[in-house]
Amino acid sequence: MATSLDQPAGRCYDIRMMDVLLLSRIQFAFTVAFHYLYPPLSIGLGIMLVLMEGLWLKTNQPIYHQMARFWTKVFALTFAIGVATGIVMEFEFGTNWATYSRYVGDVFGSALAAEGIFAFFLESGFLAVLLFGWDKVGRKMHFFSTCMVSLGAHFSAIWIVVANSWMQTPAGFRIEGEGLKARAVITDFWEMVFNPSSMDRLFHTLCGAWQAGAFLVVSVSAWYLLRKKHADFARASLRVGLTVGMAASLLQLVSGHSSAGGVAQNQPAKLAAFEGLYETQSRAPLALFGWVDEKSETVRGVEVPGLLSWLVHGDAAKPVKGLREFKPEDRPPVNRSFQYYHLMVAAGFGLIAVAGLGFLYFWRGSLFEKRWLLWLLVFSVLGPQLGNQAGWFAAETGRQPWIVYGLLRTSQGLSEVVKADMVLASLILFGFIYVLLFAVFVYLLNDKIQHGPDAADLMPSGKLALPMKH
Amino acid sequence: MTFASLDLNTVWFILIGVLFTGYAMLDGFDLGVGALHLFTDTDEERRVMLNAIGPVWDGNEVWLVTGGGALFAAFPNVYATVFSGFYFAFMLLLAALIFRAVAIEFRSKQPMRWWRQMWDVGFSAGSVLSSLLIGVAMGNIAWGVPVDERGEFAGTFWGLLHPYALLLGVTTVALFMMHGAIYALLKTAGPLHDKLRRWVINCMVFFIICYAVTTMATLLYVPHMAERVRANPWLFSVALVNMLAIANIPREIHLGRDGRAFLSSCLAMAALMGLFGLEMFPNLVLSNPNPAHSLTIYNAASSAKTLGIMLTIALIGVPIVLAYTVSIYWIFRGKVKLDRMSY
Repeated sequence: MATSLDQPAGRCYDIRMMDVLLLSRIQFAFTVAFHYLYPPLSIGLGIMLVLMEGLWLKTNQPIYHQMARFWTKVFALTFAIGVATGIVMEFEFGTNWATYSRYVGDVFGSALAAEGIFAFFLESGFLAVLLFGWDKVGRKMHFFSTCMVSLGAHFSAIWIVVANSWMQTPAGFRIEGEGLKARAVITDFWEMVFNPSSMDRLFHTLCGAWQAGAFLVVSVSAWYLLRKKHADFARASLRVGLTVGMAASLLQLVSGHSSAGGVAQNQPAKLAAFEGLYETQSRAPLALFGWVDEKSETVRGVEVPGLLSWLVHGDAAKPVKGLREFKPEDRPPVNRSFQYYHLMVAAGFGLIAVAGLGFLYFWRGSLFEKRWLLWLLVFSVLGPQLGNQAGWFAAETGRQPWIVYGLLRTSQGLSEVVKADMVLASLILFGFIYVLLFAVFVYLLNDKIQHGPDAADLMPSGKLALPMKH
Repeated sequence: MTFASLDLNTVWFILIGVLFTGYAMLDGFDLGVGALHLFTDTDEERRVMLNAIGPVWDGNEVWLVTGGGALFAAFPNVYATVFSGFYFAFMLLLAALIFRAVAIEFRSKQPMRWWRQMWDVGFSAGSVLSSLLIGVAMGNIAWGVPVDERGEFAGTFWGLLHPYALLLGVTTVALFMMHGAIYALLKTAGPLHDKLRRWVINCMVFFIICYAVTTMATLLYVPHMAERVRANPWLFSVALVNMLAIANIPREIHLGRDGRAFLSSCLAMAALMGLFGLEMFPNLVLSNPNPAHSLTIYNAASSAKTLGIMLTIALIGVPIVLAYTVSIYWIFRGKVKLDRMSY
């Protein structure tokens, strides 16, 4: 992880600066990876809550009310940690990446402001009704609030993915000033929002989040079935979870293909790194798995000839750009990008297989008795987390050495006044707090799961017991 | 100086002021409730205090997130200079806010005494430290911080902890405690309500002492923070509104009108922030020494186009936000009743 080779004039890099770069990158990666355990769960569970409560309104079956109540509690847990760790992310742009913030503020800022105004207020405001309003408002108003929380969660994904996509494929801007004074200035807001990668990546992110929520429901339900507890609740939850999980996993396949096509077109160095492709070639192979030796520029592993060309162009004979087209200092770390990307793809296909097996045995009528399959479903909750983390690591590692692709190098985005010892201190602080936070999260999640759904929720009381007005 | 020339930069100066004022009014009361938390005696009282802020604290914190986002977008140079310059102070603020959020969520999840006490201390300490750091940051902005010719912060973490900044920190804690105590009055009944009535008076005494000392210190040592009012005597009316609003609080409480007392407290905060803004304008970060390096609403701003786009976003978004924020406060109006969904 060296600083860039062509340093801007007038700035002196020494070993201490490199430490700041390394430590700042570790801190950002650590805090954002930890944060990103939770938003996909909130987004995915949000959809699940809308479905469960919607089913309750439609069918009046109390089991759906019980489901909505139980999963709301789990949602509250993930949401709280998501908010708390999310504020850190917003602050870190300024604290650790001040030069980057000055550079992108004009463009990036409006997306972040829109996220605050459209997403966070909506989400956190209606969350109060979702959590505490069961007896204070009518069923329809409560359902409306659940929808608004879920919508807010989706909005936040929209704006943050738009901002990140702008860093991958900048559009709708011009550069003003030179050297240290240079900054990106917006010329067309909608061109910025609909930059070449934003819609593909947004859909890809959302599918990953839906998977995360759905497979959490699947996992806990399968666990109850194995333990022979809350059987009716578990069966109903498993049905809803598996359906959403299957749908999201198949959509993810479509969206993944489309995203990769976009990467090939907009960030060819990144795609080449994902596949360890050094030489530009027609009939470019797709590596199923392997190891990239960056010194000898070779890949050892299993490859399917021509498949990459075919996937990118729909024609195996067409060429795909290799890494040798790029100067060494403009290439991302190849083996790491390769491994993250392949891990993500493996997680994606694994989830389709798991959901497929679930459907097969459900159709045969023996899903709820197949213990090996239920165990597989219990562990399926890790699949989306693995895929989401690996996918983001691939996306961000593959963008290197740029912080804004082709415009600003990561090494140029640091805060001028922040020293290595300060970042080390804050990294230790966050390390300590997040380990504690994670321990508490696991403990409480386990506690809720062990406690299970409340039998009392099968008999909705107060305003909730009123029949729907038509 | 006239205020007739209302350009986009000035509008955003005002809007960011409004966002941070909203933050102070809203998160101010739940930070204050946190600072008072350990003074309560029984577990039930503590649960009532927590549930008084339970449905709304999360939304209140969003004002800080949005204020930060708006600052990033409208004045990226200020965001970059202040956040990197106040590095360690902001890291501590983050740690305190996280601890506090986690404590609110997790306290009620286990009945053990040690568990609840641990989170009670976390909640209270996190609330006090957050309020203190916010005040210290305001104090430094008022006093001015060393800024070099490139607009970068040129001071140190310890340099931020000078007496005037610490004084503003303590004053902020006092202000939030008073504000929180009044809010808690609105949400409680019975013996706890009577107890809180006594606390409000104590908090007011604490705040008024801090306020008087801060005012004197400002006039003596930070004269640039009184210059505009001195030059334009009619602006003294803002200071007058502030003092009348504060004086009105004990009167309303005496008459048993808790709601009006809370509104008075909000008005006092708005007037204080108004004064702060009037004196800062058009600076956002005052360079001390060497005022020539100050970051202003012009040399630190985004392009007019971005400011215009964001104004459109704000004009669409803010009325909707206000409408449902008010609705949600309305749904959760009245005294706290503990049930099985409570914290």
